[in-house]
Amino acid sequence: MNRIAEAFRNHKAFIAFITVGDPDLETTEQIVHAAVEGGADLIELGIPFSDPTAEGPVIMHADNVALAAGTTTDKVFALTKQLRATVSVPMVYMTYANVVFSYGTEKFAARASEAGIDGVILPDVPYEEKDEFDAAFSRYDIDLISMIAPTSENRIARIAGGAKGFVYMVSSLGVTGTRSEITTDIGAMTALVRKAAKVPCAVGFGIQTPEQAAKMASLSDGAIVGSAIIKIIDQYGRESAPRVRDYVRSMADAVHAVI
Amino acid sequence: MSTNPSGRFGIHGGQYIPETLMNAVIELEEAYNHYREDPEFRRELTALYNDYAGRPSLLYYAEKMTKDLGGAKIYLKREDLNHTGAHKINNCLGQALLAKKMGKTRLIAETGAGQHGVATATVAALMGMECVVFMGKVDTERQALNVYKMRLLGASVVPVTDGTGTLKDAVSQAMREWSSRIDDTHYCLGSVMGPHPFPTIVRDFQAVISSEIRQQILGKEGRLPDAVIACVGGGSNAIGSFYHFIDDPGVQLIGCEAAGRGVDTMETAATINTGRPGIFHGMKSYFCQNEYGQIAPVYSISAGLDYPGIGPEHAWLHDIGRAQYVPVTDEEAVNAFEYLSRTEGIIPAIESAHAVAYAMKLAPSMGKDKVIVITISGRGDKDCAAIARYRGENIRDD
Repeated sequence: MNRIAEAFRNHKAFIAFITVGDPDLETTEQIVHAAVEGGADLIELGIPFSDPTAEGPVIMHADNVALAAGTTTDKVFALTKQLRATVSVPMVYMTYANVVFSYGTEKFAARASEAGIDGVILPDVPYEEKDEFDAAFSRYDIDLISMIAPTSENRIARIAGGAKGFVYMVSSLGVTGTRSEITTDIGAMTALVRKAAKVPCAVGFGIQTPEQAAKMASLSDGAIVGSAIIKIIDQYGRESAPRVRDYVRSMADAVHAVI
Repeated sequence: MSTNPSGRFGIHGGQYIPETLMNAVIELEEAYNHYREDPEFRRELTALYNDYAGRPSLLYYAEKMTKDLGGAKIYLKREDLNHTGAHKINNCLGQALLAKKMGKTRLIAETGAGQHGVATATVAALMGMECVVFMGKVDTERQALNVYKMRLLGASVVPVTDGTGTLKDAVSQAMREWSSRIDDTHYCLGSVMGPHPFPTIVRDFQAVISSEIRQQILGKEGRLPDAVIACVGGGSNAIGSFYHFIDDPGVQLIGCEAAGRGVDTMETAATINTGRPGIFHGMKSYFCQNEYGQIAPVYSISAGLDYPGIGPEHAWLHDIGRAQYVPVTDEEAVNAFEYLSRTEGIIPAIESAHAVAYAMKLAPSMGKDKVIVITISGRGDKDCAAIARYRGENIRDD
């Protein structure tokens, strides 16, 4: 069983997103350890991109901060390798097509694999364009994670059918960021995904509170949280790690309590 | 002749967008495939082109400029004479008509210089649609007159402060907005860029330019031109000017990129000359970027050419050697802006002045029996204050 499947095996999964290099690489390292201590079952490491078109203002700002601090793809690989020495939960990258393509997709896959990465999420690579990336990632046993949106409808079966790792279900229209409520019928979406997918599915976009996370986890196999964590990092900077640990613990406990 | 159904131009093009938008672009493609050959749609669009936009635009023999430069005979394709003062209206009328047939009631758009924003706001007013235009904060300042025009036409203008506050940030924000509201909204993309089917749709609506040039030059000269020259940002007026000549190898196709302060400086927007292949804003093409694929903060005096990418069909025409893309600096463009104003009494948009500048270098090297066509993509009224500033003169345009 690979690490991603393991993360969903015993209970619903809590997935934490962290932008690498915001505010600096040392702090990111502390925050990842803190998130794992808090109970995160899977870590999404965001490789910053200058123009992240699927992100709301919070993660956009984090990307800008990380790039201004000198974060590069090579430094992200180095940090991942260092983390992998002690972190046993699965880690996946979240970044944009150009970061991978420009680095050289094959070379990126090789370096990511060496660093101990389990999967990659590319929000600007839909089903129609995935083959050129999947071909390289497959060779290195890295799962290219598929996304399903509220607008996917007739596409769900096809996308979920070929999904690897887990299915990332986008809760709402629009970009990343916290929302006061999620109006999409997640239960119906999950039913369609489960009919076709061989892997678990988790819900992301807009989740902030333990109640929301528990609800989304009860309707799927897990909850993904990004902007809410990034807001804590934006507020506390280099002192964020303990705050992130406490927040992740409250979220992960809520998710793990869901039967 | 130059596309395949998956929207690829060689290796370029494609649909690199979030899943949330995929059904929207598929629906758009289906609607376009249905209406593109529909006689009623064609009739309505032609009527709008002719009776509203003022097409066909003139092909004008620039006799004084020809004599002054002493080489090839120069014709100007006068897209500046269209309603709203630029070629942008060709695309907006087409897309708005299509959006209306699809049952959309709201148009959103990005704009750089403001010409596409004004054209979108104009057709939205004409067709009774709601309109929101995203414009980089820096651009709202350097093109204040166009911001006022859009508001006058009933559109709301959203200044975008992210990134460099220019065209690329406006495109990103328009994409974000579209992904949050799809049902009633069509994204009226302003250039031959973005995900398939936009590069093809916009190209087809702009191809009226080369279709007219062809007919007009055959009427005036009894032959095809030796060269067609147009400025390139995303590249819509250029592809529109080139399209019906692509299969005529005797016609040289030349796109003029904005080199800003020079291709050897960081302050440039010359994508083919300084960029490399990448994936951004929904397409694979050439982009100005750093070694890690971070999109470069480009610069040009022209807000309309100040974009780090180029349409995928241009990238392909470059790859196969069918078209050439040359850099033109701010200084050369400003000189050409002033030259055309003085010599022919035509004030071109600073974007179009990039094409004029290259023609000024090329024409003298060609024989008097040669013919070149320069597309004047827009009029220069919007640029007068900025050019005066560039020359150290402070005039107010409010």
